[in-house]
Amino acid sequence: MEASFSFERTDTIARALTTTRPSLTYWQDAWRRFKANPRSLISLYIVVTIGLFTLVGPWVWTINPMLQDLDQISVPPGADRRARVVEPHVRWPTTETNNRTPWTMSTTQLAVIGEATTQAIRLAWNPVAGASGYRLYRGIAEPTSPDALGLPLADIVNAKTTGFEDRLDLKPRTYFYSVVALSSEGFELREHSTLAVEVTRVITANEAIARGLSERDGPSLIGETVYLDFHPLGTDYLGRDMLARLMHGARVSLFIGIVAPFLYVLVGILYGSIAGFAAGRWDQLLMRFADFVVALPFLLFMILFKMIFNTEPGESGIFAMLLAMILLSWPAMARLVRGQILQIREEAYIGASRLLGAGSMYLILRHMIPNTMGVILVTLTFAVPGAIFTEAFLSFIGMGVAPPNPSWGSMCNEGIKTMLTAPHELVFPAVFISLTVLVFNLLGDGLRDALDTRMRSD
Amino acid sequence: MANSRTNKYAYVRYAVIRLIQGAITVWLIATATFFAMHNVPGDPLMDEKAVSPEIRKNLQAKYGLDRPLLEQYGIYLSNMIRGDFGISYAQENRSVNDIIREHFPVSAILGVLSIVFAALGGILFGALTAINRNRLPDIVIMFLVIMGISVPSFVFAALGQMTLVNVNAFLGVSILPVAGWGSVSHMIMPSLILGLGTMAFLTRLMRSSMLEIDNADYLRTAISKGLPPTRIFLRHQLRNAILPVITVLGPSIAAITTGGFVVELVFAIPGLGRYFVQAVQQSDYTVIMGTTVFYGAFLVLMVIVVDLLYGLVDPRVRLD
Repeated sequence: MEASFSFERTDTIARALTTTRPSLTYWQDAWRRFKANPRSLISLYIVVTIGLFTLVGPWVWTINPMLQDLDQISVPPGADRRARVVEPHVRWPTTETNNRTPWTMSTTQLAVIGEATTQAIRLAWNPVAGASGYRLYRGIAEPTSPDALGLPLADIVNAKTTGFEDRLDLKPRTYFYSVVALSSEGFELREHSTLAVEVTRVITANEAIARGLSERDGPSLIGETVYLDFHPLGTDYLGRDMLARLMHGARVSLFIGIVAPFLYVLVGILYGSIAGFAAGRWDQLLMRFADFVVALPFLLFMILFKMIFNTEPGESGIFAMLLAMILLSWPAMARLVRGQILQIREEAYIGASRLLGAGSMYLILRHMIPNTMGVILVTLTFAVPGAIFTEAFLSFIGMGVAPPNPSWGSMCNEGIKTMLTAPHELVFPAVFISLTVLVFNLLGDGLRDALDTRMRSD
Repeated sequence: MANSRTNKYAYVRYAVIRLIQGAITVWLIATATFFAMHNVPGDPLMDEKAVSPEIRKNLQAKYGLDRPLLEQYGIYLSNMIRGDFGISYAQENRSVNDIIREHFPVSAILGVLSIVFAALGGILFGALTAINRNRLPDIVIMFLVIMGISVPSFVFAALGQMTLVNVNAFLGVSILPVAGWGSVSHMIMPSLILGLGTMAFLTRLMRSSMLEIDNADYLRTAISKGLPPTRIFLRHQLRNAILPVITVLGPSIAAITTGGFVVELVFAIPGLGRYFVQAVQQSDYTVIMGTTVFYGAFLVLMVIVVDLLYGLVDPRVRLD
């Protein structure tokens, strides 16, 4: 019986045998692993986006971050920007109201004469018998009791005057005006009369032209609607553009967040490698000093050093913060690098390389640095959130970047004061800080997993 | 055990050495603080009010600022050893000791509550995620942990306060006070907020520590002996996994102490942290020096206490 096996080489196996992949370098391999993790890849994209926002942003959105728009203070994003153009203001002679009641005030005692605009609100009321004067209140919420009418706006000591023109810092919103009659001793009489007034925003023609809100000239504009400056993310409590401030603040926060770790890692590498190479007594001495610096309470000494280096009152304080951070943060890195060097020095491949005739320069460049690079890079990435937090903390307690320079931390500090009425002033910088820190943490995780399998978490 | 006495001896020796090292560190901190403060531009007597040279001289003599720097340093050190931190420049006739004595307990209560909360929460959630690894509780908690690590404490503080305001307004009654200090209800929100970041950090640590001992021999032995799962969990997994968490409690106390500055500011709590920040803003030099040295000594002591505790809890730890 003849066997009919045929041992012909099939095509697929042949191909499989020929397609051995080219060998990858350490970094190619790491990049391959990094790409395989969608979380790291997304965080890398976000880091690049934040970088573009910081570097390119101010070239695209060219508004000055210190410029105040006094018509739009603490305005949330997407607010109404319309303003009607009106004639310049003419003073209202309230004496017109003396003792006469030509106004048609049947039901309410208090009435608005004409239109209530941000230029002026003209109020009149019926005279009260026995009053020697009137007190006018303005509130921003509906009065719930006669004791909570708002802020006293004016005392009118002449009983004959029953009108008042309010021009005090009017905003396009609803105000609650209350009028109370005063006795001859100056005490408040009887119950109050309250009126809710809806205010519309107006602007004079000259102002509209001066601010470049319209190309047309003067008189023909009257009655038209113009749009105030656009603030995509609203304005802060001084009327400054939030988007511009976030962009310029990013420059401060990210500059400190990235440059400070970079520099202290550099100092740490130098110090650590000197200690690592020196060994013996010098190593002991150098590391003891590093231990001492580690034992210093970090934030307290950050504050102290910040005070020392801040020589000029007009300075932004960025350099002082940078210097303080480097002075206090290098030892951790020095320890790490020293440990790495001591460990690598004993590795078999170093011995093998030395046997093959490698000099120390070759050993350092070819083996030591590439083998510590991964650890250093990962530590650097994890140091960025720490530095951003430190900057934010210092700016938050008022020891950071000097105003009016924006930084995310100081913006949070300002935003927290108005968080109940204008939450966007706190939310935006807080989101930016949190997002940046989050993304750098994820990036660090991804880098650690990609670069060094020994450090891998779980 | 035959060598239990030598072990005890080694432990005491270790404790004494650590305390001596700690004392040296505190001395170095005091020295660094002194010379740092004397290099700060301007001087504490420079005020908005202009004073005549004679008054200025008298003031300098009163505070001993006219003596040579080294003599001032000597006075400062000897006063400090006797526990006298001097008198505040900004608040007349108020000694730094009084300020510390009055306000540190507040910070301490806040800090202790937060650390208890952070440790309990961290251990609980960490264990929970490790048991449910890669299932829904793990994913949800780990997402929250990453948030907790990424959001600065002042944002948490602001959000917590904003939530309280809105909840109180919505319900019409004050379930928890928005700010201030005094009763237990005042303490709940700030200490929760202060502990959040540390809790997130401890959760992550506890999780990886639990996963690390997953394939330990003693665990397999316990399972094969047929012990009930709760006993295995409590006696074998939890007890061993907690050890690394204890080591980081020292640095965590430092983080909570400095985090307390912000929480005390936001919640208007009269703690020492708020006084420190105020002193910095007012350039109140004696208060800054006093509180820095005090905080430094406190933190150094805490690290030593935690290390000693670790030696007690885990007999395997090497004392050197």
